[in-house]
Amino acid sequence: MSMEFLLATGVGMVTATGIYLMLRGRSFPVVLGLSLFGHAVNVFLFLMGRLWVNAAPVLTGEGLLADPLPQALVLTAIVIGFASTGFVIELALRSRHESGTDQVDGHEPGGPRA
Amino acid sequence: MRAALADFWLLHAPVLSVLLPLFTAVVLLLLGDRGGAGSEQGAARLRWHRRISVASGVLGLVMAVALVRQAAAGELLVYRLGEWPAPFGIALVLDRLSAAMVLLTALVALPVLAYATGGWDARGRFFHALFQFQLMGLAGAFLTGDLFNLFVFFEVLLMASYALLVHGQGRERFRMGVHYVVLNLVASGLFLIGLALVYSATGTLNMADVGRHLAHLQGDVQVFARVAALVLLVVFGLKAALLPLYFWLPGTYAAASAPVAALFAIMTKVGLYSIVRVHWQVFGDAADGAALSVADWLLPLALATSVLGVVGALAAHSMARLVGYLTVSSVGTTLASVALFTPATLSAALYYMLHSTLVIAGLFLLVELIATQRGDMHDRLQPAHAVREPVMLGAMMLFGAASVSGLPPLPGFLGKLMVLQASSGLPGQAWVWSVVLAVGFLTLIGLARAGVIVFWHVQPVAAPGARLPGRHLRMAPVWVFMALTVALAVLASPVKRYTDATAAQLARRDDYGRAVLGTEAASAPTTRRYDGQRVAPDSTPQEKQP
Repeated sequence: MSMEFLLATGVGMVTATGIYLMLRGRSFPVVLGLSLFGHAVNVFLFLMGRLWVNAAPVLTGEGLLADPLPQALVLTAIVIGFASTGFVIELALRSRHESGTDQVDGHEPGGPRA
Repeated sequence: MRAALADFWLLHAPVLSVLLPLFTAVVLLLLGDRGGAGSEQGAARLRWHRRISVASGVLGLVMAVALVRQAAAGELLVYRLGEWPAPFGIALVLDRLSAAMVLLTALVALPVLAYATGGWDARGRFFHALFQFQLMGLAGAFLTGDLFNLFVFFEVLLMASYALLVHGQGRERFRMGVHYVVLNLVASGLFLIGLALVYSATGTLNMADVGRHLAHLQGDVQVFARVAALVLLVVFGLKAALLPLYFWLPGTYAAASAPVAALFAIMTKVGLYSIVRVHWQVFGDAADGAALSVADWLLPLALATSVLGVVGALAAHSMARLVGYLTVSSVGTTLASVALFTPATLSAALYYMLHSTLVIAGLFLLVELIATQRGDMHDRLQPAHAVREPVMLGAMMLFGAASVSGLPPLPGFLGKLMVLQASSGLPGQAWVWSVVLAVGFLTLIGLARAGVIVFWHVQPVAAPGARLPGRHLRMAPVWVFMALTVALAVLASPVKRYTDATAAQLARRDDYGRAVLGTEAASAPTTRRYDGQRVAPDSTPQEKQP
């Protein structure tokens, strides 16, 4: 029971932190928020195969095995998430270079637009 | 030789549509890009890029036509990747709906490619390779029969679209690019959450198998499935630009270069397709009517999207934003018809979607043709210099406007008529009729306003500047799109028969399950939720409830 509670609150907190950061105005916190959200989603995906305690990976043929499918799914999701985080960092840097500010709207609040 | 080729085609038809753009893109990457037409070497490379890309586009179109002919016979073609049996491996499934979507993609892609060779592809690197990757993602998303695979192909097409959106560079593109990428990454996260919920409820992600499980769910697992349906609706709603999630679209499409915006006309249809595939087909059979719980949300949201889209079009201050808002509005009309959840309305929605995609892609190209002749004003809706070719561009504009707003005898009219006819007698009829008719009228006003400003409210001298090279290459694709919409009107009867058959095929979920899962059982799921227990190889797996 305690394990479920720990993981559920953990995923919830990381998601909440990620969403808070994504709602910030500057691109660095937004990127951090995106990757935190991505981590929370990955753990959530992993957990949806249920919690398996004392279970071996699918490599062994004996005894209780953990559900291997979420592991495969989460691996794919991690790879895709890593690539897209890399892309969004590059894009944010370029946007900073083009507009002269790291605000996601391309201008300082209260400053001249465009 | 010919028989061997035909056999090969029959065996591998679905996967070839995905592999062709992939191989083309890889060849283009290997060929390298020397920075566009600047140097002599770069110009030569660019010529080869164009040749290969257009040739691949033509081949893709031929293959898409063949796929539609094959699917029209009514049989489902299942391609099991790596010969793994269906619920365990990934299956590509070719049915009428996916074949029609692949053909629509090819029909949009080829004229857009031709347009891009008029100069846009030289303004950045690897335009054609990215374009082909996008086509690969689109074809894969339309053909896959597995929910997680749908996610992967979404990522492929999104990755390509991120890079295509900022093609041509510029401050505005990067600003909108950041918004677009961040929004879509959040949507991808939500997509994974939805898939995780589906997996936890059913123990499988194969669409046919999930559909079978959903009919037998009970208790809290059923709640999981319903939450999953709603989370996935948010994800697909963002792609399709459904009401609270469409605000990114007009600005993004207006910032994108014209050929990219025209290609993106099909991106909203990916969301629409996914709603039809997942909520109509997979969730449609759920015991507690999980699909219907989505319908309660979908119909009002779709109607409101349609209205707000056209209000945005009336208020738009540039032509590109105007067409962007028309995209939103047409998605709303289509989804409203889908949301009535009857085969007749689905068929009407599909016909309307075919038409609106083609005409909107044409309008995005036309906007740029007009903008280049208006000097510094570009496509802003303010009085400016007269365009150099008012008759030609005006005729195109008139044609497009009449078509998109649904004046007879153009296919927009037929599509709307079908939506009205199919919705008559259903509970939402009054709402659908008033919204569709009012939106058509307001669309006409919005486009008439734009036409008056651009063509009549002008200084009588043409804008300075030489004629663009490759003018005919840029005009022709717009005419091709207009001709395609006319063809859609002329061939309305066979096309409508096809969409009718598509809707009927989607409603026969048992046939789909039998074809994909390869079992004779009518509706029993072939997998069970993983519980750590093993089943002896010879015993048939039984559905176990927690």
